Amino acid sequence: MAERDKVTIGLATCGIAAGGIAVRDEIENEIRRRKLDVAIAETGCIGYCFAEVLVEVEKKGLPKVTYGNVTPSDVPDLIETHLVQGRILQNKVLLIEGKKTPESDFLERQTRIVLRNCGIINPESIDDYIARGGYEGLKKALKMKPEEIRKEVLESGLRGRGGAGFPTGQKWEFCSRAEGKEKYIVCNADEGDPGAFMDRSVLEGDPHAVIEGMIIGAYAIGATCGYIYCRAEYPLALRRLRIAIEQAKERGFLGKNILGSSYSLDIIVKEGAGAFVCGEETALIASIEGERGMPRPRPPFPANKGIWGMPTNINNVETFANVSWIIREGAKKFASFGTEGSKGTKVFCLTGKVRRGGLAEVEMGTTLREVIFGVGGGIKEGRNFKAVQTGGPSGGCLPSSLLDTPVDYDSLTALGAIMGSGGMVIVDDTTCMVDLAKYFLTFTQMESCGKCIPCRLGTKRMLEILTRICQGKGEPEDMDRLRNLALDVKEGSLCALGGTAPNPVLTTLRYFEDEYRAHIFEKKCPAGACTDLVTFHIDPEKCTGCGVCARNCPADAISGEKKKPHVIDVNACIKCRECLRRCRFGAVYTV
Amino acid sequence: MATVTKVGKGLTESERKKIDKILKKYSKQKGALIPVLQGAQAELGYLSEEALSYIAKSTGRTLSQVYGVATFYKQFRLQPIGKHLVRICHGTACHVGGAEDIDASVCGHLGLPVDGGTTGDGEFTVEKVVCVGACSLAPIMIVDGIAHGRLDSEKARNVIKKYQKKQGI
Repeated sequence: MAERDKVTIGLATCGIAAGGIAVRDEIENEIRRRKLDVAIAETGCIGYCFAEVLVEVEKKGLPKVTYGNVTPSDVPDLIETHLVQGRILQNKVLLIEGKKTPESDFLERQTRIVLRNCGIINPESIDDYIARGGYEGLKKALKMKPEEIRKEVLESGLRGRGGAGFPTGQKWEFCSRAEGKEKYIVCNADEGDPGAFMDRSVLEGDPHAVIEGMIIGAYAIGATCGYIYCRAEYPLALRRLRIAIEQAKERGFLGKNILGSSYSLDIIVKEGAGAFVCGEETALIASIEGERGMPRPRPPFPANKGIWGMPTNINNVETFANVSWIIREGAKKFASFGTEGSKGTKVFCLTGKVRRGGLAEVEMGTTLREVIFGVGGGIKEGRNFKAVQTGGPSGGCLPSSLLDTPVDYDSLTALGAIMGSGGMVIVDDTTCMVDLAKYFLTFTQMESCGKCIPCRLGTKRMLEILTRICQGKGEPEDMDRLRNLALDVKEGSLCALGGTAPNPVLTTLRYFEDEYRAHIFEKKCPAGACTDLVTFHIDPEKCTGCGVCARNCPADAISGEKKKPHVIDVNACIKCRECLRRCRFGAVYTV
Repeated sequence: MATVTKVGKGLTESERKKIDKILKKYSKQKGALIPVLQGAQAELGYLSEEALSYIAKSTGRTLSQVYGVATFYKQFRLQPIGKHLVRICHGTACHVGGAEDIDASVCGHLGLPVDGGTTGDGEFTVEKVVCVGACSLAPIMIVDGIAHGRLDSEKARNVIKKYQKKQGI
C-alpha cells in the first residue's frame, strides 16, 4: 500500500488554546468535502509555540512542510494549494524539510534529547514511541544488574532537572541502600513555577519516555510501587499519562513480571490539588499520604523515610525522560554533551517579550545570549532587552551585562539566580523590576504554607515594603530592610520555598538598584509600569486629532477638537491605559 | 438499608449516594482523602460543610482534619460557584503581558471587583489562577475548561460576551 498523504496538527495545551481544535475540525471537513484520501494525525508540542496553530503536511512528491499561525479560515486555501494542486502555500510556511526558512534555526540551534519525540510522534500511540526506539532502554536495563544501572546513571553526570541539580545516580544509590519492607519511586510532575511548562509539554508530547525512565529507576533502586504526582491543572497531561500507563501494561512493560522478568511494578497517578509547596519533596510526600502538604524537617531524608515511612526516591519529569535515553544510548554519549559540572541538555520555556516563545532544549553551557537571541530570535516588536528571569519565584533576574553567562547549574547559582526547572521569562524596557519582584513575592507569600514563621511573616513584610515602594511611599531605609529580611527568611525556613523566595528581590536589588532608587527617591517608575507613579499625556506633535482615544476613554478625561491635538485631564484620568493601547500614532506617553 | 444517619443530614439522598460511590472507589487506597475530596467536588460543584462532615465520619477522620486538607489546597471550594467558571491566568508571562488589564476588563464587564467573585445572577465566577502553563499564548484565560489565549482587554470582553449570548443573557 502506498504511503498516504498526511496532515498532522499540534494539539498540546498551547495548540488547543490557540484554536487547534477548530483548525482540526475544519481540516476534517475540508478533506471529507473534497473526498481526499488523506490521513489526519495529532501530535504533542512541536515547540514552536509562538506560531500556534501548527499544521504539518506530508504529500508525496513534496518535502514535508510545517505551516504556522493557521486559522480555520486558512484551511480551505491550504488544502487546495498543497494537497490538491501540489504547491506550497508560501505565506504560511514555517518550515520546509531539508530547506532553510527564516524560522528554521529555532530548531537547528537546539539539541534534543528530552524532546526527542515531542511533536513527532502521536503521544497516544505506544507503537509510535516504540518505532523510535522506545522501551529499548528498559529491555536493556532488565538485562543489567540494578547496581550497573545506578553506576551508568551516575557516570552520565545527570543531575536533577527539577531545579536543585542533585546527582540522580547518587540519589538512587542512597535509596537503594536504605532498609525498608517496601520502596517507592515518585515522579514529581507538580510543575508549579509560573512561566514553566516543560514538564507539561513532555507529558503531553511523549508520556512513555517518562514512564520508561521511571520503570528503569524503580528497578535500579528496587521500588515496588510508583506514583506520578501531577498538577490537576494539566488535564491533558493527566489523560495522556493514564492512556500511556494502560498501554504499557498491555504490552508487559509495566505490571506483574515486566517483560517476563521477576520484576513487578505498578504506577499510580495522583492529582495534585493546587499547592506550590508540594513541589518540595517532603511536602509532596505529605500530600500523597492525604495530608496538608507541609514540608517536614530533613533528615530523615525521603531516601530513608519517605511515603508511609518507607524509602522513597523522587525525581522530576525531565530527569526520567533523560534516563530512558541514557540507558539506551549510554552514559558516555550523554556525558559528551554539556559542561564539566552539568552534563546533557536542559529544556527551557522561553516566554515573555521574546520573539520566538516556545520550548527550547539546548546543550548545557550554551550562553543566555544564544538561548534568548539565537534560539529565541531576540525581543518582540523591536524593543530593548532588559532582563531574563530564570528559575521562577525561586530564581533571579539577570541584566544584559550578564548575557554571556553559560547556562549551567553552577554559573547561574553564583549570580544569585538558579537554573530552576526551566522557566525563562524575558522582559523588555516596559517591565518595572520592582513590580516584577513584587509579583514574585505576592506569589511566594500566598503559597507559603505557614509552618516556618520567617517565611510566613517575613515574605509578608517584604511584600508590604515592595508594595509601598511601587506606590511611591518607599523610605530611604527600605532597601536595607529588604536585604536584612531576605537573609532572615532564607536562613530561617525549613524548605526551599522559603529558602529561595527572596531571590527575585535580592537579584533585582543587586542588578537594578537604580530602579529601586528612582521609585524611592524620585517617586518615579522608569518603566512607566507602576500606575501610582505615572501620569498620561499626549504629544501634540504626534497627535493627529483622530479622536479614537477620546471616544474610548471610560472616564471622559480626553478632550480636543477634531483633527487638532487632544489633551488628557490628568485629574480625571483613571490610568486605565486604554488610550495608550488604542493610539495608532504613538502620541500617548507616560511621565 | 436506607436509614438516614444524623451526619450528612443536609445532603440529599442522591448527593450522599454520589459521595458513597467515590468513597467506595478509594476504600482500598491508603491516604486517599485528596482524591475523595476531588471526586466529591467534581460531583457536587463545591464542598459544603455537610459534605465535609460526611466524608470525615465515613473515613474515620475528624472534621477539623478534613477541613484542614480542604482549605490547604487551592483547588477546593467551600462555596458554590457560578454556572461559568472564568479563570484568569496570572503566571509570569501573563503578568508581564498584561493580566491585570484582563482582570479589569472582564470584571468590569461583569460588574465584579477586580479580584473576581461570583455575579449576582449566579452566571459567572471569576478567579485569578497561577500559571496554567500555556505561557506562549499569554495573556490567557480559561472559561469552563477551554483556554482562550493571546488576549487583550477587548478580546477578553468579547469571549465573555459570547458566553452571555449563548445563555441569552
